[in-house]
Amino acid sequence: MTTIDRPVLVLTDHTGDAVSGYTLTTPSAQLLTLARGLTSAEVIAVALNPAPDLDALGRQAVARVLVPDLGAHSPRVSAVVTDALAACVEQIRPGVVLCVANYRGREVAGRLGALLGSGAAVDVTSLEVSEEGLLASKSALAGSWTTCLRITRGTPVIALRPSVVTEEDAQAPTVPERVNMPVSFSREAEGVEVLSSAEQVSTGRVSLAEARTVVVGGRGTDGDFSPVEALADALDGAVGATRVCADEGWVPRSIQIGQTGVSVSPNLYVGLGVSGAIHHTVGMRSAAHVVAVCDDPDAPIFEICDFGVVGDLFEVVPQAIEALEQARGAR
Amino acid sequence: MRIVVCVKHVPDVQSDRRFEDGRLVRGEDDVLNELDENAVEAAVSLVEEHGGEVIALTMGPADAEDALMRALQMGADRGVLVSDDRLEGADALGTALVLSAAITRLHGESPVDLVLTGMASLDAMTSMMPSALACHLHLPFLGLAHELQVEGEGPWTVTISRSADGFDDRLRATTPALVSVTDQVNEPRYPAFAAMKAARSKPMDEWDLDELAEVLHVDDVEDAFTATRVVAADAKVREGAGTVVTDSGDAGKQLAAHLLEEVL
Ligand SMILES: Cc1cc2nc3c(=O)[nH]c(=O)nc-3n(C[C@H](O)[C@H](O)[C@H](O)COP(=O)(O)OP(=O)(O)OC[C@H]3O[C@@H](n4cnc5c(N)ncnc54)[C@H](O)[C@@H]3O)c2cc1C
Repeated sequence: MTTIDRPVLVLTDHTGDAVSGYTLTTPSAQLLTLARGLTSAEVIAVALNPAPDLDALGRQAVARVLVPDLGAHSPRVSAVVTDALAACVEQIRPGVVLCVANYRGREVAGRLGALLGSGAAVDVTSLEVSEEGLLASKSALAGSWTTCLRITRGTPVIALRPSVVTEEDAQAPTVPERVNMPVSFSREAEGVEVLSSAEQVSTGRVSLAEARTVVVGGRGTDGDFSPVEALADALDGAVGATRVCADEGWVPRSIQIGQTGVSVSPNLYVGLGVSGAIHHTVGMRSAAHVVAVCDDPDAPIFEICDFGVVGDLFEVVPQAIEALEQARGAR
Repeated sequence: MRIVVCVKHVPDVQSDRRFEDGRLVRGEDDVLNELDENAVEAAVSLVEEHGGEVIALTMGPADAEDALMRALQMGADRGVLVSDDRLEGADALGTALVLSAAITRLHGESPVDLVLTGMASLDAMTSMMPSALACHLHLPFLGLAHELQVEGEGPWTVTISRSADGFDDRLRATTPALVSVTDQVNEPRYPAFAAMKAARSKPMDEWDLDELAEVLHVDDVEDAFTATRVVAADAKVREGAGTVVTDSGDAGKQLAAHLLEEVL
């Protein structure tokens, strides 16, 4: 594969805080893995906290970690992040800028693209360097099409969907050099005041965006998520929900999957009492394997699933869990 | 309070959406982007509360006027369509550039206090346009509002709540500002017959690029609006193996067997 001869600049996300320390997120490790394959030059990370996870970054063969000085500004504001990233772009002159296609990543891609006059693409599932420039593939129209875009201008800005690349340690780890970056903030960044910003309480399970298995409950649960949670635990997966369940207040909005919720690309998606409305499936169509239990034989979910059961989830799911546990016990 | 609400005419998500020659087929079953209805509703109810004017703005082919008409029916006061053959193939960032020029022109007529957009358009779903638009207009941007409060009397204080990427945030800015809203922010109204009729007599402008020349600073019109080009578009064949069984007492076991064989 052709590579670019300029560095790749990667905006990384960390979890944690100043007290407990910061940990590189899995989607960011995936970005760095992808970045190594794109360039014959260096991979340079940008971190938005004062104590980046240098061990994890080193395992990904990052040469340098740029730490922009955010001062009193919050990294929850996309204009703040964009200004910081723009300062790094000016310094490094990378061949491409990568970030994670979460909500902030999409906002940052839009803003940085506009600022640099560059082409930008979000929700990208694969990237390739060609003679005519960078080619980015993504799914379109609720997952029913795949499109490939060529970035024709500027320094391409790409937001990559989580889980489309598997993170791998580099053969030769590095000891990344930490570089502080001064930033001058735009009026627009100064103009947004963060009144409060609270991390949502974690469910104790793997996070939805990173999960290899996602078990989703829909209206068919009638508010009783215990079979959904039990199956998620049996499969070591995350719990998701349809919008109906969030609207009804059965689950927090943060686990809603779909057009206006989280996008997931797990290896396995299990829908329980989910009809498969297009607003929902737009968030899960890139799942490698789809399984569903729904009592309506005409539900559209059966058109996209690999294995479907027409039946009552309250009967089917406990039996399936028991069978899974038996099979495991036998091994 | 003078509000510009940006809307888009997109293929209905329930229709047979497809690409031909790398372009999304438009003009068959297009509607006002569902997520923009929330932005129009927010704009109209703010003006009902604070007084002022709502201008619905779109960039698109001639029939995108239908999306503006829907916004007028929902209570917007005026429609502005930016349409020009040279804009064919414009991407999200190109659209932001053109809309920013149109808003700058509107602002020149009389100051614009607030720009509202939906959180994404359902055709490309990039969510890039609102933040890019804010960048071009040099406005503070509050994205993904599921709650929106406006207080004061010019300049106004805009406060939003949003939930994104595992955080719940409350953000604030002073007008002029740009806000994108989610489908949670309100319940869009369904226009009554009288409102539909009244919409037909509301002003509708159509501008081409020449009319924006003074406010649109681009060197090369051929190239300015597309920094990405679709080089391939393929329909994904249904990947599901599509085995569907009806439970007759042992489907749970079958499901477990399937998972153990095919996935785990
Ligand atoms: C602008 C907009 C944005 C939207 N965004 C989203 C989004 O981001 N995410 C999202 O999910 N939705 C979204 N929606 C809503 C979406 O259109 C659907 O209404 C929703 O996804 C349906 O959820 P559901 O499958 O749980 O419910 P339903 O469509 O009601 O399906 C429930 C299914 O469960 C079956 N069932 C009932 N009882 C049982 C049982 N005991 N065992 C097995 N099956 C049972 C029923 O037969 C039915 O097929 C959006 C809608 C709009 C208009």
